[in-house]
Amino acid sequence: MEVPILKQGEVLIATFQAALSDADLNHLRMGLVQQVVKFRSRAVIVDVTAMDVMDSFASRTLREIAHMIRLRGAETVIVGIQPEVAFAMVQLGLTLEGVATALDLEEGLAYLTQKFKSTD
Amino acid sequence: MSKREVTSKDSGTRSNPGVEIVRSEAPSELLRELVAHLRQNRTQLREEWVVRITETRLLTAMTKEEIFAEATSVYDSYVEALETEAFEALQAYARNLSERIIPRGVETHEVVGIVLLLRDVLARSLFAKYQTDFKKLNRILDAYEPAANRIANTVAVGFVQERERVIRQQQEAIRELSTPVLQVRERLLILPIIGVIDPQRARQLTEQLLRGIRTNRAKVVVIDITGVAAMDVTVANHLVQTVEASRLLGATVIVTGLSPEIAQTLVTIGVDLGKMNTVGDLQGGIEQAERLLGYKVLTLAEPR
Repeated sequence: MEVPILKQGEVLIATFQAALSDADLNHLRMGLVQQVVKFRSRAVIVDVTAMDVMDSFASRTLREIAHMIRLRGAETVIVGIQPEVAFAMVQLGLTLEGVATALDLEEGLAYLTQKFKSTD
Repeated sequence: MSKREVTSKDSGTRSNPGVEIVRSEAPSELLRELVAHLRQNRTQLREEWVVRITETRLLTAMTKEEIFAEATSVYDSYVEALETEAFEALQAYARNLSERIIPRGVETHEVVGIVLLLRDVLARSLFAKYQTDFKKLNRILDAYEPAANRIANTVAVGFVQERERVIRQQQEAIRELSTPVLQVRERLLILPIIGVIDPQRARQLTEQLLRGIRTNRAKVVVIDITGVAAMDVTVANHLVQTVEASRLLGATVIVTGLSPEIAQTLVTIGVDLGKMNTVGDLQGGIEQAERLLGYKVLTLAEPR
């Protein structure tokens, strides 16, 4: 299943659909980093609003994506984690440590705008 | 239709006492006869029942007029249930009745008691009516007893179910009331916790908070636990999880009002204090939250 990746200026926005397989996640990991390179993006927003479950593999993949993207000098923000999903994640000890998070796309963009302003 | 086997020694009339006629009516016919009798003698039997209720000192929470009013509707529903055998309707009636009388302080044993008293009163009237025909009395009782037992059962179960529903509802209301999520500024929520937190309340608290963060688009939450004397390791862990889950929704949590005991518990369970943002008291917590959100509080000139 293809994950749509949109470009909004210096930010890439990847919108996860519900129920991504492990293969989809692996494919996405490489795909996103390649896009960051191609467009010289400064940040990636991964929108997981549609995900109603988050297992340990998905969580680890998200962390790895963020780390790989940081190596390209770009920031990752995960947005749209649902309350029930957040609750389940912390109970399993999946905290997405070291990765920025925001309530939704709007907040994610606001966060990045703020961040870019302070570093420019 | 009904089966009648008629055997008679003498095919003379029924008024001839020398003749023995054995008939067996179908149960439905017996029930009809029984119901007709109960309807005919409604006023008297109901009165007798109310007297018995008062004598046994049941329904003391209600006035005589109220007892009479409820007794009338219960009597009629009882007889109707005997007639139609519609026990679902009776259960619905019982729940409805319970909804009315539970707030009046009526107890389970009272409800079961009055239904059994009615059963007795009606049975006695059947004994009286058929006292000359023992065989017929037995047949009538064969029809009456299972139905009467089922009625008593249905009403009792209906009452208990309603009680349990009320209790659950009250528990839910208490839990919701005791953990309000309050917005005090744009993007700033306060969650003041008072009293004892058990794991269930802690869970409900977290769910309410996460929903509140999403609804109010909060960026900072101040959880004040000044009113919490102690928490065990399970609940302390739950607090940490709440902080982490809030972060996943993009909100920063500041915990204020930790008592020395709770501070000790947190250190004991090895909470990574880098993850926990804590401030001494609520005032300090709100001030820090305002700083995080970019608010500045100024004192204006003295009011006149």
